[in-house]
Amino acid sequence: MDMIIKAHDDRQTILVCCGTGCTANGARDVFNALQSKLKDHPDIEVLPVVKATGCNGWCEKGPLVRIIPRDITYCSVKAQDADEIVDKTLLEGILIKRLLYRDPVSKEHLASHHLTDFYRKQHKIALRNIGEIDPAQISDYLEREGYQALKKALQKMDSQEVIDTVKAAGLRGRGGGGFPAGNKWQACRNASGQEKYIICNGDEGDPGAFMDRSIMEGDPHTVIEGMILGAYAVGASHGYIYVRDEYDLAVQNLGQAIKDAHSHGYLGNRIMDSDFSFDIELVRGGGAFVCGEETALMASIEGRTGEPRDKYVYPTEKGLWGKPTVINNVETWANIPVIILHGAEAFAAVGTENSKGTKVFSLVGKVVNTGLVEVPMGTTLREIIYEIGGGVLKKRSFKAVQTGGPSGGCIPASLLDLPVDFDSLTEAGSMMGSGGLIVMDDHTCMVEVARYYVNFLAGESCGKCTPCREGIRALLEILTDICNGQGRMEDLQLMEDICLTMQEASLCALGRTAPNPVLSTLRYFRDEYIEHIKNHYCPAGVCRELTTFYIDPEKCTGCTLCVKQCSADAIKGEKKQVHTINESECIRCGECYRVCAFDAVQLGRRDHHEN
Amino acid sequence: MQIDVNEYKHENEYKELIENYAGKPESLLAIMQDIQKQYNYLPRLAISLISRHVGIPVSRVYAMASFYKAFSLTPKGRFVFRVCDGTACHIKNSETLLDQLQKSLGIKPGETTTDGMYSVETVNCLGACALAPVMVVNGKVYGKVSPGDLEGIIKEYGGQNHGYDNQGS
Ligand SMILES: Cc1cc2nc3c(=O)[nH]c(=O)nc-3n(C[C@H](O)[C@H](O)[C@H](O)COP(=O)(O)O)c2cc1C
Ligand code: FES
Repeated sequence: MDMIIKAHDDRQTILVCCGTGCTANGARDVFNALQSKLKDHPDIEVLPVVKATGCNGWCEKGPLVRIIPRDITYCSVKAQDADEIVDKTLLEGILIKRLLYRDPVSKEHLASHHLTDFYRKQHKIALRNIGEIDPAQISDYLEREGYQALKKALQKMDSQEVIDTVKAAGLRGRGGGGFPAGNKWQACRNASGQEKYIICNGDEGDPGAFMDRSIMEGDPHTVIEGMILGAYAVGASHGYIYVRDEYDLAVQNLGQAIKDAHSHGYLGNRIMDSDFSFDIELVRGGGAFVCGEETALMASIEGRTGEPRDKYVYPTEKGLWGKPTVINNVETWANIPVIILHGAEAFAAVGTENSKGTKVFSLVGKVVNTGLVEVPMGTTLREIIYEIGGGVLKKRSFKAVQTGGPSGGCIPASLLDLPVDFDSLTEAGSMMGSGGLIVMDDHTCMVEVARYYVNFLAGESCGKCTPCREGIRALLEILTDICNGQGRMEDLQLMEDICLTMQEASLCALGRTAPNPVLSTLRYFRDEYIEHIKNHYCPAGVCRELTTFYIDPEKCTGCTLCVKQCSADAIKGEKKQVHTINESECIRCGECYRVCAFDAVQLGRRDHHEN
Repeated sequence: MQIDVNEYKHENEYKELIENYAGKPESLLAIMQDIQKQYNYLPRLAISLISRHVGIPVSRVYAMASFYKAFSLTPKGRFVFRVCDGTACHIKNSETLLDQLQKSLGIKPGETTTDGMYSVETVNCLGACALAPVMVVNGKVYGKVSPGDLEGIIKEYGGQNHGYDNQGS
């Protein structure tokens, strides 16, 4: 699947990544500079086309510029580099070494991102087009097998065959729960009623994950084609894409794609001259995590507050406006065209026994290569973090990786060889969630991480059911106390009890999974809790009430880096002289501790006033 | 629930935005979003107009406004500093940035300066985690913001009494 895009009649094409990450680094300026530079060269034979592409996932090295068909990737490009890129690389074919990616291990300069470990170890299905096509051009999608699956289904398959293919592929929902997509579709197809709905869940609420954003921004047609196929399979005539409020670019690109699909006859009445008609509407979310939950999301589309309901009756029976509804996640939809076009077998050949295909992760946190990573199910955490991710930043020691967002948990170093799939993660006390993978090092406090998630959930619990609303509040109070050095040993047991009640008695999965961040850290990092409670010490140097910093005169080289970073002006010291921290000015933000390259900033304990 | 008299000046503009949509309950969220986008908050007058248009009681429109984070019932500042406190940014110390903003602008997340110039907000993951910690000011994204950078960014928007009120508006 990793083919390299063919340029139109061998013309050179420049692709500039304009995803959120690259744009933040100035990709638009690079794009504009290249475009205006090319205007100056109307006499040149090569006619490079500058295209804005969706997120490549390799955000750390952005802005990224690619030149095809030669397959050259330049990293961290600035607007000033535009002249050189055009003059040297495009016109004379010379590589600009300074802009090439340098492998951190071999120190070699690599001509293309396709040659890097970060890329080579991935297996792209859902992300197959991201960064390779211009999302605003339907022709780009069509060149890469776009709408071929739809054509195949409408011409050669009846709706039951489509469902059977999805079932045989073993595709499980990528939005978190991992429910088999084929079974869901079957239930909706079997449900009585003329009116049925298809929904794409693009609410992506996990704070720290952006797989779905990238797909919606970078390859909107694959989501649309997947939904059309789903609608054909279950007999729906109307669909909705519910997009998170913050995702402006996704809304823009999806809107354009829906329009283009209409004008090409892939959406609307009598699609591709068949009897089948289907339409898609975009809905912008209101910004509430709980709206990612399917019943809450439907309430939100109906124009109500996003409160979940109990699922005695599944949405496939009574969903949107009480009608049978299939709701799937963005990434789930993105897999559908590939499954239909290339068959269930090819898809099921990838992955593990019970989790087929690939999963996209957003690999972030304290890791060298951050970005989107798509790997076969069953790849180990070690492979993802060390081989693709390049290991922990600044060679610090790995402490944990958080998966599954606020519903997930923290997995310790001892489980790094865990093959990642839906079931193994659940067994480890975490969950797949939507695919956030946040790497944490020894400067991350696990108690504070638990507090962070619970605090997040406290703001997001809709308040409808008591176990979730009150349970979260109680957990937050206890965790805050522990972080402030006011915890008691009994609290650990108390938290476990509260968690159990929440798991049993909450109305929706938000409350039922909210204990995971607490329980998983209690399970794997209990010592850290005990340090906070008994010794009033935060081993990571994060909890401010429990931490002081001082500079080890033996180690300090007087480089002034910490002096410059200190926003409280609490560090004194001249170049080449030992620095000192003035404790009364220090706000304990820990910036000096993190930036010091010589380990000269050390953690001290704070004398705690008991009682 | 008094309506600010100034809001009547905009009555026709509100109506125009509202009437872009069919008067059905399912238009509610979209209408509210358009108004919020245009005015940076939901004016009271607009809320009662919306209520009439879609046929939903004012109380339910308020319920929507307070439930969803996208909406605000008071005007936001001209410059909105949105600090990402998603997980990736959090473990790279987004909290320090919030502390510093509070020190420089004197406001906490969710608040607006009395002169109506600045608001500070937190958001969950802007999808640029590779650049953590991330901050957005009126749509402009700043990546890998260190406490040392912040002062410069605030100054870009005329902060810290650097004469921003002379510029007029
Ligand atoms: C609190 C909560 C938040 C959720 N957030 C999302 C989300 O952001 N995106 C998503 O696709 N599914 C989310 N889900 C899962 C959905 O309820 C639903 O299972 C999913 O959209 C079904 O699609 P799938 O089978 O393709 O995964 C969430 C569930 C809960 C309980
Ligand atoms: S966590 Fe801040 S951008 Fe993702």
